[in-house]
Amino acid sequence: MDTLYFLQHYWWALISLLGALLVFMMFVQGGETLIFGVARTDQERERIIGSLGHKWEITFTTLVTFGGAAFASFPLFYSTSFGGAYWLWMSILFLFVIQAVSFEFRNKAGNLLGQRGYDIFLFLNGSLGTFLLGVAVATLFSGGSYFMDKINITNGASNVISTWSNSWMGLESIAVPFNVVLGLVLLFAARTLGLLFTIEDMRHESSKFSLALQRCKKSLTLSGLLFVLLFVLFLVMLFLRTGYSVDQATGYIAPVKYKYLLNMLQLVWPAAMLLVGVVLVLAGLAGAILLNESKPLNRYAFYITGAGTVLAVWSLLICAAYNNTAYFPSLVSVQDSLTLFNSSSSKFTLTVMSFASLAIPFVLAYIIVVWRKMSHNGKSY
Amino acid sequence: MILEMSAIGLSRLQFAVTAMFHWIFVPLTLGLAVIIGIMETKYFLESKKPGNEVNTEFWKKTTRFWSRIFAINFAIGVATGIILEFQFGTNWSNYSWFVGDIFGAPLAIEGIFAFFMESTFFAVMYFGWDKVSKKFHLASTWLTAIGANLSAVWILIANAWMQNPVGMVFNPDTARNEMVDFWEVVFSPVALNKLMHTSTSGFMLGAVVVIGISAWYLLKRRDVEFAIKSMKIAAIFGLVSALVLAYSGDGSAYLVAKHQPMKLAAMEGLYKGENKAPLVGMAILNPQKEITNDEDPYLFDISIPGALSLLANRSFDSFVPGIEDIINGGYDVTDENGITSKALSFEQKRERGKLAVDGLREYQQSLKTGNDSLKAASYSQLQENFKYFGYSFLDSPQQAIPPVALTFYAFRIMVILGGYFILFFIAVLVLTSKGRIISMKESYSKIIYWILILSIPLVYICSQSGWIVAEVGRQPWTIQDLLPVQAAVSAVAPGNIYATLTIFFVLFTVLLIAELKIMFNQIKRGPENLS
Repeated sequence: MDTLYFLQHYWWALISLLGALLVFMMFVQGGETLIFGVARTDQERERIIGSLGHKWEITFTTLVTFGGAAFASFPLFYSTSFGGAYWLWMSILFLFVIQAVSFEFRNKAGNLLGQRGYDIFLFLNGSLGTFLLGVAVATLFSGGSYFMDKINITNGASNVISTWSNSWMGLESIAVPFNVVLGLVLLFAARTLGLLFTIEDMRHESSKFSLALQRCKKSLTLSGLLFVLLFVLFLVMLFLRTGYSVDQATGYIAPVKYKYLLNMLQLVWPAAMLLVGVVLVLAGLAGAILLNESKPLNRYAFYITGAGTVLAVWSLLICAAYNNTAYFPSLVSVQDSLTLFNSSSSKFTLTVMSFASLAIPFVLAYIIVVWRKMSHNGKSY
Repeated sequence: MILEMSAIGLSRLQFAVTAMFHWIFVPLTLGLAVIIGIMETKYFLESKKPGNEVNTEFWKKTTRFWSRIFAINFAIGVATGIILEFQFGTNWSNYSWFVGDIFGAPLAIEGIFAFFMESTFFAVMYFGWDKVSKKFHLASTWLTAIGANLSAVWILIANAWMQNPVGMVFNPDTARNEMVDFWEVVFSPVALNKLMHTSTSGFMLGAVVVIGISAWYLLKRRDVEFAIKSMKIAAIFGLVSALVLAYSGDGSAYLVAKHQPMKLAAMEGLYKGENKAPLVGMAILNPQKEITNDEDPYLFDISIPGALSLLANRSFDSFVPGIEDIINGGYDVTDENGITSKALSFEQKRERGKLAVDGLREYQQSLKTGNDSLKAASYSQLQENFKYFGYSFLDSPQQAIPPVALTFYAFRIMVILGGYFILFFIAVLVLTSKGRIISMKESYSKIIYWILILSIPLVYICSQSGWIVAEVGRQPWTIQDLLPVQAAVSAVAPGNIYATLTIFFVLFTVLLIAELKIMFNQIKRGPENLS
């Protein structure tokens, strides 16, 4: 196998994994949606936000690293999508900027906006931010309205390589049902994980938080059900979708019916990952909703559902570009669509970064060590 | 004026506003993290001595107080950092493709190696006092400091590369620059110098802030021991940093002379170059001066003869080109191999830039038509002239000149304040030894406390001025000589950027006011009453 071909696939798998881990870590965002509704007293709200406040930076860093890694490995995606879907990405950006200050500022005297102001920021980040990120990810399959021609750089004053064809600058993606469904899937996945995390966290003080725990469990049933049903709907829509295939030798891009279903069936292993992922999600949810605490499936529901989510998301993101698929296809000029071959960094750069990526298991290991140490007593502040 | 700006102007303004806002919070965290590390080490060592509870508790409170100040700034630094990362894509999309192969790698490595370290161990440093052992906590504090400074390392490598692009070749098949030597990018002299200069500027800023806040406690005659001991640590750390800062500043000017002569000319307001070029100490620039007229560049100036030649070329007699020389060319330049030739004029560079662009276009045509002789000819035409690729996008010589007045004054402010802070740290060291700072006459001490407190805004002005010299002084280039802002920007209509810029501006103003109010509140509470 050609080295560059391998590196392009390695890096797509890696940023897909980062994306999948990000979805898991978005239990923080899901948790933020609980502060109005599920949490009814100040004590409950403080507890939920206090526990999330120890984790949000890891989620945030995963998002930043996902962005950095995408930039470094597939710069043409970065320039085409960010520079075109300007408002979609800017909206996501604003909704994450307001989150970053809120955990630290909300309970400090003199914070200008009051505690409620920052809690609204957190809620907006958890709900709208999560939804829009789902919409943006959906465009990897559903595409965007752009033209792309690298030789434009020689065109004097109109030298922009990637240009968006309408003035909505990405906001039009919110009107596409397929994107909306994935946005909602992400929203309810995050909320479900947020509920599981909160239940796991409050369980150590169940007498103090018995009412909140009851409300969490009730909310979990509804949220988990919506997550699963919307996910199934998304899978159906995805598998019925026409995708685009690229001829490696000529670069010619042609539509293929049921492309994403075919990717699953032809590659097999992503289908297996998806299946295992779904089983784990269902098992975790069933354990959390139907069983009691004496059963491991209940006690470890957060981690089981989380692992399932990572596997399922990873497999779907892989199918967006593997098997010679054009990802983020252009809706206005199919031949301009991005592929792993025309959008990646050079062999040299991908190799350098592959060496850097060997540190990832080490990074994961210290995050896990710190996570465990910081969770031992289950106390916060 | 802003309403009439183009997408280029607005994108530049948006990036500048974000970067400068980011640069309010980040330098403090760089310096403060190290100072906190020193304090916690002290706490750790004191706690090992038997019967030393009072001292141990003192250093724990001291460490925790400064950690709180760190945390408030850390959050907002993180919040503004992600905006910069996104903007490379949203507003500078051509840039992202043209150099993403080189520029993206440090960003990704920064995420993997530095950000996770900083954010993971920050959680332990801040929340972990009762959850982990003293040793683990101390290690976490130092890892937070290392993580913060490592992230500075990678982003500064990326920035240095923009100012002095090395270790890459242009690939006409992909129409972009591709990295061929990672270590040349990482260890370029410009990168090493920038690292030293920018990191130590953060250290110095952190030290001044610690001293200024401590002086407020002395003014209020409260937490005196805490204030004096904090000051001592900060003054030693600050003095060492300020000296390294001055040393690397000199190195920085030398490298600018070598790689970005136009920036140096703008820093000095030097229009006509000369041998034994003088270094301008103080001056007022003549606002009427343009390259097209013969006005005197200064209304008034005090200069040191020969000093600029010495600074730029390490030789009193050497020639330093001015703005007009760089535009008109014709003076002698010596390259790295010691070969002397006549400098090209702006027009010549532009012609060669156009040859490079034509070469690229023809090369791509040859790929479509399969014309091998055209392919070979256009390839060599491109590579021979690629050095000046970016000039093809400029319409007039004026576009190749950075804003002179802004660069000139910012440079003076930075250097003068930098010198002031060396004296400042020495004075603080003298004053804090043997408790002079508290035992002197009240009428004197009050003035001194106020000088120390008011030095906080000064150090921020110094730090921001440094940013202006480095970033405004290199205009119009996003990548020196290869990609001006005109060719780097996205195709986003000005109205959109105007809207996002307004949102950023409002958001930043609100966050800054909230941040300051929270800081003042925490300072008033003091180390004894942390909430």
